[in-house]
Amino acid sequence: MREIRVEDISNEVAKLCIDANYNLGDDIIKEYKRGYEREDNPVAKEVLKILLENAKIAKRDEVPICQDTGIAVVFLELGQDVRVVGGDLYKAINKGVREGYERGYLRKSVVKDPLIDRKNTEDNTPAIIHTEIVPGDKLKINVAPKGFGSENMSQLKMMRPTDGVGGLKEFVLKVVKEAGPNPCPPIVVGVGIGGTVEKAALLAKKSLLRPIGVHNNDDKFKELEEKLLEEVNALDIGPQGLGGITTALAVNIETFPTHIAGLPVVVNINCHVARHKEIVL
Amino acid sequence: MGEIRVTTPLSTEEVRELRAGDRILLSGIIYTGRDAAHKRMIEALDKGEELPFKLEGQGIYYVGPCPAKPGQVIGSAGPTTSYRMDPFAPRLLKEGLKIMIGKGARNQEVIDTMKEEGAVYLAAIGGAAALIAKSIKEAEVIAYKDLGTEAVRKLKVDNLPLICVIDSKGNNLYNREAV
Ligand code: SF4
Repeated sequence: MREIRVEDISNEVAKLCIDANYNLGDDIIKEYKRGYEREDNPVAKEVLKILLENAKIAKRDEVPICQDTGIAVVFLELGQDVRVVGGDLYKAINKGVREGYERGYLRKSVVKDPLIDRKNTEDNTPAIIHTEIVPGDKLKINVAPKGFGSENMSQLKMMRPTDGVGGLKEFVLKVVKEAGPNPCPPIVVGVGIGGTVEKAALLAKKSLLRPIGVHNNDDKFKELEEKLLEEVNALDIGPQGLGGITTALAVNIETFPTHIAGLPVVVNINCHVARHKEIVL
Repeated sequence: MGEIRVTTPLSTEEVRELRAGDRILLSGIIYTGRDAAHKRMIEALDKGEELPFKLEGQGIYYVGPCPAKPGQVIGSAGPTTSYRMDPFAPRLLKEGLKIMIGKGARNQEVIDTMKEEGAVYLAAIGGAAALIAKSIKEAEVIAYKDLGTEAVRKLKVDNLPLICVIDSKGNNLYNREAV
């Protein structure tokens, strides 16, 4: 058994929280630039220019790209030959989040009781933690701070098994249209298809971890991703909803087998900051 | 695209001159408020209590900023999604609020009240929070301190870059076929 100490896990999580919030991914910056070149719409061009400038300032001044520094969604891939020593794994993750949000001057955006008194926990914990046990002796940690402008625009639909590709496309386009300017387009559209209610939601969320340009490894779904991206970008929502062809940077689909009677679909939208940073211990 | 320099507070006549599509550089005092602060302000009005600031001619920016780093006036401070303030906005507009700053769509009731009262809805670029913070020169919490990032702040801004999305005639840049 390989040992990994909880202190190391906390430290890395803290660093990832800060890194994800200060440093926009190179893949996203590339897409902003490409959008800027392709747009004819002057407002769209201007918005993309401002977003590029904003990313530059955030990196240079070491400040958050966006004030909504999100709820920390943490994906773990824990090798089955790893022994976590020195304490409780989830406590270590939350300690890392607490430290990262404090040290990085990130906004604390989590309330404890979601319904009645909605009091802020003041340290941005708890994180939303998803753990997968995998072969091997490594621990992969991916921190994806999720803003709620885009999270709020996500939808679930229990489609009919016979709705097929046409039904899926219709639903995805409807969600993007209804979201309009609200989730800070250009967006990344995560689509989870199959499984059960919670499985589809998790697939959609997980698909948002993909770098832009990485497609589903099944050609059928890769094609569907490309087709959907084209159709989303033809909606003329554009950057910030002010018109243009850069509505989405990517459509990412993940699938899982499902029940004969069902076709669960979750569309989880991410905004243009599309934060996620990972490390392998 | 021309840029229009606007300084708060605004009279109804000044507001009526702004058009959907105008790029605006806003200077002067504005106040912050989002979900929790709006709820409290409406409760205060219901109880006949004073609001933290006089609404007449003023603007509210829907923002919950990041904490300021040492040496900063305010942390990153981009707009939050405005529809969540829709249930509260008409009441505040009737009390004299002239400018709402946020991002995303508004409902018909808000737009109708804007037309009646003479108010504008300006969009800040969602996610451009580090850049926006640069045009905030002073920031002070003036009410509801316990709400943390959601407290009401008085901001002094200098050329805050905005786009007029919905004007006082109800023209709506998000709804381009109709403009
Ligand atoms: S949707 Fe994204 S970019 Fe927009 S305010 Fe929220 S976190 Fe920031």
